[in-house]
Amino acid sequence: MSQVADLALLGVTKDFGGHKAVNDVSFEVAPGEFFSILGPSGCGKTTLMRMIAGFEHPSAGDIVIRGQSMLGVPANRRPVNMVFQSLALFPMMTVGENVGYGLACAGISKAEAGPRITRILDKVGLGGFADRPVTRLSGGQRQRVAIARCLVLEPTLVLLDEPLGALDLKLREHMKLELKQLQAAFNTTFVYITHDQSEALVMSNRVAVMNHGRFEQVGSPRELYHHPATSFVAGFVGDTNIFSGEVTGARAAGIGIRLSTDVELAGSGSASGQAKAYLRPEAVALAGSVSELSALPNRFAGTVSTVLFDGAASTLVIRADKFPMLRATLPQAGPLAGIEAGAPIAFGFTAEALKVFSARGV
Amino acid sequence: MGRRLALFLLLAPAVLWIGLLVILPHVEIAILSFSQRVAARVYTFGFANYLEFLAEPVYWRTFARTALLSILVTLITLVISFPVALYIAKFARGKSKPVLFLLCLIPFWASELVRTLGWMMLLRETGILSHFLQAIGVIGRPVEFLYNDGALVLGLVYGGMLFMIVPLTNALESLETAQIEAGYDLGGSHLTVLRRIIIPHAMPGIVAGSIVVFMLTVGNFVTPVMLGGKNGLWFTEQIYSQFITRFNWPQGSAFGFMLLLLSTVIVWIGLRLTGQGFSETLRRS
Repeated sequence: MSQVADLALLGVTKDFGGHKAVNDVSFEVAPGEFFSILGPSGCGKTTLMRMIAGFEHPSAGDIVIRGQSMLGVPANRRPVNMVFQSLALFPMMTVGENVGYGLACAGISKAEAGPRITRILDKVGLGGFADRPVTRLSGGQRQRVAIARCLVLEPTLVLLDEPLGALDLKLREHMKLELKQLQAAFNTTFVYITHDQSEALVMSNRVAVMNHGRFEQVGSPRELYHHPATSFVAGFVGDTNIFSGEVTGARAAGIGIRLSTDVELAGSGSASGQAKAYLRPEAVALAGSVSELSALPNRFAGTVSTVLFDGAASTLVIRADKFPMLRATLPQAGPLAGIEAGAPIAFGFTAEALKVFSARGV
Repeated sequence: MGRRLALFLLLAPAVLWIGLLVILPHVEIAILSFSQRVAARVYTFGFANYLEFLAEPVYWRTFARTALLSILVTLITLVISFPVALYIAKFARGKSKPVLFLLCLIPFWASELVRTLGWMMLLRETGILSHFLQAIGVIGRPVEFLYNDGALVLGLVYGGMLFMIVPLTNALESLETAQIEAGYDLGGSHLTVLRRIIIPHAMPGIVAGSIVVFMLTVGNFVTPVMLGGKNGLWFTEQIYSQFITRFNWPQGSAFGFMLLLLSTVIVWIGLRLTGQGFSETLRRS
């Protein structure tokens, strides 16, 4: 390795009385990277983050920050700062005092801390707010105070524990962009945990998908979306149609799977026996007649059951003989844009688009 | 009309209670304290009772002693109760929380008199502490631990602890655990987190608990009589002796008023020093 990773976890396990909340997790985060850990609630991501911050101690394994083992180093000595889910701003202090708290703890004089506080507040867009009580800020402003409070200490690593969870949708969308811009501006390594796949995909350089205390897959948002390694990742990341069936054997292109509705499809993967197949709504090609889709190995004729209009994210629910209910993205620029429920429609998809995984362990 | 009547009926218990039990006796005492005896059964208005208080050193010395010891007792109670409350509020998990709280409450099922008698059994010359220290050879002969200021402060702190722990626990329970963690995460030591995050948050509880403990201590009668020394009087004992022993009600009333004044002034100073408002404190506790 040419460059020392900002954060490396080596076989980290956390055992809570027989229950392994985190089970043998290893990964590295490069300097300046925005790394997300994505998983459903209870998957162990919070425990993992608390171990990195120093509030929990691993039962096994090591946590290394810039080449230094953090085992036995208390939370207040680690070059890691955390943005809490509740933000945990100190309500009895002003904005400036909140940001200055860490500097005072580090023994930095008031004379030196003052300009640093002003500079960081300017950078996060809170210039002139130093004397304001934190109780009189909006949700987005409080968010920025929580981040400024960490960044002013110039930590190696900033941990973010679902900090956008409490915000309303509009603000959350805005803060996603802002967080990514802040991270780029400061070039600080961010480790972000969330159960919201959109947050993880939009902001991160790399995402780890976590389930039952283990990492299912680590990769770029594109990799996770287009090439899920496991059934869980295929189902959890992005919107998808899920079918169950049985693998019938290898084919010229990929493998065959017979769905429970008794239709055989061409898919991709290396599964056998009982299996689950995943198909993204936008991977479904739509046409007026089946003959237009002759290039696709899977093609069917059906009728539009429902039109779910949502602007660019509009979808159709399609019913076809022997085929399970299917959702397909409806392009708003194409010839089918004005289609109504009840209209006949043809649909098809490549073998590559249908990801097949063995049903075991799902 | 009907609404007015309803309002009157609703307020009546509170008005009667405050009027009959708080205001009326104090007005009576105030009037009494300003009456001086000029002849048998003849009284006129005057400040003689208050002048007597100032003229007689034993009175104002007892008064000052009561004030200082009460402040000391309040501070000691606070220092001992704070870690207990912090543990109950923030560190005890599951069932241990109500159990610990109950343990603090159990001694108060017995009356103050019985509790104080318990201390007497422990501390007297032939008591458990004396015997124990003799058995392990620390002291050669029986030692009397009672009837001194140490025993008095001990008894008063013991009596006040619950009234400090309850408001402190309430105040600390509302402190979000993430704030304590954030305090450490940003580099704070135990002392910094305590000083800048936990104590400021607990301030309303600290003030409320201190006011209650101080008032209970200043006005305590049983504990000083039983545990205190013969030459270390408590001011309530002076009031008692004026009313009951010497049957000098005007003098006793003046003392009573001085005690009320003392409580008020010290509570006011305490609130000013901690920057807490009285109504705010009452609301939060």
